[in-house]
Parts: sequence; structure tokens; C-alpha cells
Amino acid sequence: MNISKEEVLHVAKLARLKFTDAEAEALAKDMESIIGFANKLNELDTEGVVPTAHAIPMHNAFREDVVTPSYDREAMLQNAPSKEDGGYTVPKVVE
Amino acid sequence: MNYETVIGLEVHAELKTNTKIYCGCINEFGGEPNTHTCPICSGMPGTLPVLNKRVVDFAIKAGLAMNCSITQYSKQDRKNYFYPDLPKAYQISQFDLPLCQNGYVDIVVNGETKRIGITRIHIEEDAGKLVHDDYANCSIADYNRCGVPLIEIVSEPDLRSPEEAHVFLETLKTILEYTEVSDCKMQEGSLRCDVNLSLRPEGQKEFGTRCEMKNINSFRAAVRSMEYEQKRQTEVLSNGGIINQETRRWDDVKGESIVMRTKEDAQDYRYFPEPDLLPMIISDEWIEEIRSTIPELPEQRKSRYISEFGLPEYDAFLLTSSKKTADYFDETVSLGASPKAVSNWMMGDIAKFINDKELEAGDIPFAPAQLKALIDLIEKGTISNSAAKKVLAEMFAQPEEPEKIVERLGLSQVSDEGALMAMVQEVLAQNPQSIVDYKAGKDRALGFLMGQIMRVSKGKANPQVINQMLKEALDKA
Repeated sequence: MNISKEEVLHVAKLARLKFTDAEAEALAKDMESIIGFANKLNELDTEGVVPTAHAIPMHNAFREDVVTPSYDREAMLQNAPSKEDGGYTVPKVVE
Repeated sequence: MNYETVIGLEVHAELKTNTKIYCGCINEFGGEPNTHTCPICSGMPGTLPVLNKRVVDFAIKAGLAMNCSITQYSKQDRKNYFYPDLPKAYQISQFDLPLCQNGYVDIVVNGETKRIGITRIHIEEDAGKLVHDDYANCSIADYNRCGVPLIEIVSEPDLRSPEEAHVFLETLKTILEYTEVSDCKMQEGSLRCDVNLSLRPEGQKEFGTRCEMKNINSFRAAVRSMEYEQKRQTEVLSNGGIINQETRRWDDVKGESIVMRTKEDAQDYRYFPEPDLLPMIISDEWIEEIRSTIPELPEQRKSRYISEFGLPEYDAFLLTSSKKTADYFDETVSLGASPKAVSNWMMGDIAKFINDKELEAGDIPFAPAQLKALIDLIEKGTISNSAAKKVLAEMFAQPEEPEKIVERLGLSQVSDEGALMAMVQEVLAQNPQSIVDYKAGKDRALGFLMGQIMRVSKGKANPQVINQMLKEALDKA
């Protein structure tokens, strides 16, 4: 399995991470071995096996539609690095 | 060259549950910023979501009403992207096993029925709201809407014009209202849509390259954005250009769309099965239980109005296009009022008031019993049709019984024969020439005399009674 430096940088961009060229090259090697390891699974014959949706063999864990009190706004906002008018201030991103 | 337009829609509807999709916070529009949040819906690390069962019920209900097959083994997936209105940096949605698949909705365009395919309906969570602060160059995030349950309805590319797309949207809205899974309040953003549109030379089988339009906040904006895109693509293709697959942002104020992102920088969502939530197994019993709660749908109700009440198709269509309106009609009729009279009032003066006052369809400020009382007053001959219109205007202004309004405004018709006869004689005495004209066969004279009597009675004379009296008096004169 070959992982290029460009692929590392693409994944890094998606995760909002920044690497130097040297770091990206080292990571490419690491990712090659990680993905190579996961790829071993492809050697198994999975003909007729239903894809696994969840590792735990359980289903239908639901909650009834009953209102529980929300948290106090001040408590919610107390860890916000920056706040204004009862809201979290975030960098302006207009897409 | 002539081009054919191909449109597919993605419609998001907020579900009318009591609580959010993964926590017990109230699902309610508005509220002070960040007062409907908790560690789960605001994406605090270490929290775990638990799926609201009613969200599954509602999605299945909508799916059944749109003739979908229900996916009996379904799961939720993570859709990853960074945007400040999404505090977890991923949206829980459904990727390859949506709850509902392969349905259809029949729409009626210009009197013809057309079947539009529903590719899928899946459940997902809504994002928060950002208020942009231009001055400080930052945005303020309000997470009240985070985790409000949504269904996304994806149509097949079966629509061939903005008009068809508009009818499809109206039809979906009616079905969602009737099944009571969404309140469909457009101005509160509880129904939103994205448009995919492409053109292809007439007769060509393959689809052309499509563009997606986002930021559409009303059906009107949807239609305008489609007309704009139709025109834009026609111009590009007619000039020998090619359409690039891209996402465009609709600006309703400017009436134009601009490129938001191209295919090259398309989002890479890296969907994967949501590890924090278990798969769903939907049993046949569960599906049948939900099926039994589906009420009479708009199409069926329309047919019933035509066959049972003899209403014209157009009237039946208008009355059933909003559940509230149809419920109001049914209730008034069930009180014993004549269906035709109720229909005429609802589609005539009542509809006009609702339009003028910019109310939502069916938001009538008085009860069905009061409409019935008004109709009774006309049928008993207590008031004339034109007086009834005045009474209705008062009923829209303030809650008051129609009988009280008639009394307060002195609108009762005079049916007392003695009083009416005096008026007839008075008018005849003042207009001898009209009597001569009438005798000479001039029908206009009768209308003139009727008008004079109505004037003398200040519009309160019962027209049927005086018409009869006047004719008799003229014959004797």
C-alpha cells in the first residue's frame, strides 16, 4: 500500500492539521503500515457476510420523547473561550 | 437547439417532536440564544446520544405516506465537516441504509397526474444558527437548533420544469402537514430545500451536468432560483460552453446565484457508521402500527369532497391543500351547514381575508360553529348576502357572535309584509313614469324600482319578498 505525501496533506487539511514536508513524509510511512495492517482483512473471504454496522450485537436503543430541562446558559457558556450576547463567538466563516 | 430541464430536489423538514433527536432538550423554535441546549446537543466531549423513538416513528410515517419501502435493518452514520454551527464537527445522518427508500408521490400539473419518484428519506440532526457580526468580524453561535430532528427527502430527477418542482414541493408540504410529522412553517425554516438542475438537448437520454443550489428559504425562492439557473445554463450551452458541476449559492435579494464551490473542492465527508448509536431493526408489526395512524391523505380527501359533497374538482383541491382548511371545512359541515355554502364562503370572502391579512391558510379567527351560524342567518332570510359579507368582516376584526353583530349593526332584513308594502307604495307613488315604462314592457323599470325600494329600506328589505310584492303591485296599478 503506497501513501503519497499529497494524500497525507489532503487528510491533514480535512482534519485542519498542518505539517512540514519532513513530517508529512514520515507520516506517509506510518500510514502505509497502519493501512497495510488494516488491509490484511481484505484477505479474508467475506462472501455472504453482512457488513457490520456496529461492533456490539445490540439494536434499538431508544429514548422516549419526553422533555428534560436544558442546562443553564451561563453554565453552558462557562468554558467558552469567547462569548457575546448569550452566544459563543466564533471566527466569521461565510460559505 | 431546444433543451429539456431536469430537476431533482432535496427537501429538509424539521420534525414536530417534543424533544431533540439525541437529548431531552425541548424542540421549540426561537427562545433566547443557547437556552435549549445541554452537553449532548452542544457537542461536549464525552457525551453520548440516545435516539428519540418518535423521530423513527415520524420518518417511517412520512415514508409510508410517500409509498416508500421501509428499511428493516437501518443505521446512522457520521458525516464529517467543520463549520461553526456544528459543534461536534460532524453531523449524525444516514448514508447507505436510510429508513425509507423507493417511494413516489403523485402530483397534478395542468390537470394531469405525474408520478415523481422518492429516492430515499433519512433522519439526521439540524445544525445551529450563526448571527454574523460585521463590525467585530466574528459570528455568534446559537445552538438551540442543534439536534432538532430532520428528515431529508430526496426526489428522483423526475421533474421537468420549475412549475412541476413547485407543485411537487406544495404536495410534499401537504402530506407532511396531514401526517402531522412537521408543522412546515416556512418562515421558521422548518421546511427547506436544495435544488439540482441540469439541461439536456431535447431527445437525449443521458443527463447533462448538474448544478446544485443552496440557501433557498421559500418555495418562491426555489422557483426563482430554478428559472434563473435554467436561463443561465441555456445561455452557456447555446454559446457552445460547458456546464461545470458546482454548488451555487442563491441570493434572493439580488435574484441570482453565485459559485460556492466547484467539483475540485467538493466536500469530502468521510461517512462512517456512527459508533455511538446502535442499528435499528424495524419489525413488520412496528410498520403496521405506524401505518394504522396515517390519516386520510389530501388526494383521498379531495376525491371524497367531489363524490360526497359534489364539489367541483378545483374547489376540492383548494380546500384540501391545507389540512387546517380541510379540517375547518369538515367541522363546519359536520355541524349541519351545507357543504356548498361552506365551500363558497371559505374559498371566497374568507380566503380573501386570509390573503389580505397575510395569515396562514386555515388560520380563521372564529370557530366553525360561528361560520355555521352566519350561513344559517342567510338561509333563514334574517340577513342578505351582502349584509353577511359585512358581518364576516366584523368576525375577522374581533370575536363576536354573528347574531350580536347583526343586532349591533342593525343588518336584519325587513321581511314584515306591512312595512315592506308601505315602502313599495311609497316608491311607486314617487315614480309614475316607471310604472308606465314597466307596462310598456321595459324590464329595466323593474330593476330601477327594486333599487329605489332597497334604498328606502337602507338595504334591509328582503329582496325576494319585495320582488314578489312589487310585481303584484305593478300588475294592479
